[in-house]
Amino acid sequence: MSAEIAIGRKGRAAGRHGAFGDAAFKTLTLAFAVLVLVVLAGVIASLVLGAAPALEHFGFNFLITEAWNPVTEKFGALAPVYGTLVTSAIAMLIGIPVAFGIALFITELCPNWLKRPLSIMIELLAAIPSIIYGIWGLFVLAPFVQEHIEPALIDTLGAVPGIGLLFQGPPLGIGVLTAGFILAIMVLPFISAVMRDVFETVPAVLRESTYALGAVVLPYARIGVFGGILLGLGRALGETMAVTFVIGNAHHIHASLLQPGTTISAALANEFTEAVGDLYLSSLIALGLILFVITFIVLALAKLLLIRLEKQAGS
Amino acid sequence: MIPLYARRRLTNRIIIGLSIAATGFGLLWLVMVLGTLLINGASAIGPALFVQMTPPPGSSGGLLNAIAGSLVMTGIATLIGTPTGILAGTFLAEYARGSQFGELVRFINDILLSAPSIIIGLFVYEAMVVRMGHFSAWAGAVALAIIMVPVIVRTTEDMLRLVPSALREAAAALGAPKWKVVVMVTYRAALQGMVTGVLLAIARISGETAPLLFTALNNQFWSTDLNRPMANLPVVIFQFAMSPYADWQVLAWGGALLITVSILVLNITARILAAWSSFKS
Repeated sequence: MSAEIAIGRKGRAAGRHGAFGDAAFKTLTLAFAVLVLVVLAGVIASLVLGAAPALEHFGFNFLITEAWNPVTEKFGALAPVYGTLVTSAIAMLIGIPVAFGIALFITELCPNWLKRPLSIMIELLAAIPSIIYGIWGLFVLAPFVQEHIEPALIDTLGAVPGIGLLFQGPPLGIGVLTAGFILAIMVLPFISAVMRDVFETVPAVLRESTYALGAVVLPYARIGVFGGILLGLGRALGETMAVTFVIGNAHHIHASLLQPGTTISAALANEFTEAVGDLYLSSLIALGLILFVITFIVLALAKLLLIRLEKQAGS
Repeated sequence: MIPLYARRRLTNRIIIGLSIAATGFGLLWLVMVLGTLLINGASAIGPALFVQMTPPPGSSGGLLNAIAGSLVMTGIATLIGTPTGILAGTFLAEYARGSQFGELVRFINDILLSAPSIIIGLFVYEAMVVRMGHFSAWAGAVALAIIMVPVIVRTTEDMLRLVPSALREAAAALGAPKWKVVVMVTYRAALQGMVTGVLLAIARISGETAPLLFTALNNQFWSTDLNRPMANLPVVIFQFAMSPYADWQVLAWGGALLITVSILVLNITARILAAWSSFKS
């Protein structure tokens, strides 16, 4: 009772005012946090609704049809899905070992004064926007690949039975291989940044004892490295502009990596604003839905692995 | 034992050699991309670039309408995205530590951070362009804002978490209600980090092309009407570079150089700010 008198009327008023302000501020921030979930829900809803007409019309066949013919309105996702997966696979094949080498060099080998500038330069690769890689790929990389790399590949690997099928046909410069190569450069910084962080979390005691035994720090870091790879894969799958410039945009599946192809995102970028007819538009949105589902699964998996690593490092 | 030792030393040398080669490989592309950009873009940079409109095929011109359009849409996106991202990030850092709902928001936010930007374009197309019946600068700005938000949420949360609890407790002990502690103490302590996040988010959207393709579209003319399609640098670069006209291709290089330089400047400013704030604490 006496305490209440001591606080006085003014104090109590301020307390109540503060409580109201607290509740209001908390609700405000909560509302915007909910907004993040709303955006995701909106993305899913709009893709599903937009894709529904095409999926109802073609059914499961949409996934296994290669044809993409706006005139006869026959659409199938097989060619762009194939292109998306193959270009990303090439990107991973080149990107993972290189990113691993970079991360290893920065954490374990390079002198201390070089660490920061080197990390920043590799991170700048991620700051360069997709469209810049695209214009560079179209005017610089593709002609170079056409003149020097592809003829060499055709002459050497192209003659080998089996994998030779991957390197057949005229050297065009534009095609699946060039797109995959650009993607590899683009995902490098993402993968190597995660790997670098992971290598740095390896406890010093563990590191020293493995040195003593002559072993590598890799086993401890396996989860994190895999998470980083998946993160890079998620980026590669959805990358749009750079691929659109150099893949040639042909809705065909060729065994040869030197031939033009298309990816989901390249098909969207090229055709969406010019699509005439509801079924055409809906088929494109259905492609978008497929891309979203694939990248969501890959990114969610990456995130779960990295969270597990964080808990492991924390405990 | 000697051969084993020799073998290990050899393996070690090979691995060192390979990792140096990998680093060189990564840096080579950075130098190549920036180098060609500088060489090809420099010839396009001149007063005309900043005072003339995008030309019809086969004639020379500039990028004034595209530059203005990009600035307008990036500006609106920043005005929408910054408060949204900061408030959501504040919730995660101040009110949702250890809560399951917070974990969920953080998880979804991280997925949106890496989600393909073309999907965001599709979403805004369905949600705004179809409903309004036309492409518009508003739709473009909203698409860019949606791409900014996850970046700002993430950096805001990280920066707020770095603020020592002792600061919050001291303010609370003086009788400040929690919202005042957050706004007047925590925000102030984390200000530089938060500004860094916003700058990085602006850098991220300045080159985004895919989400603008089906939202803002493009406009060959000067337009200040936010309800109509608006020219913007990334889409102009895309169209001009893919065209067969030499004049357009030169302009595309000029635009590409312009975007890259502004992004690098934003990035470097952000880094200096971040380094300065960590130096201070």
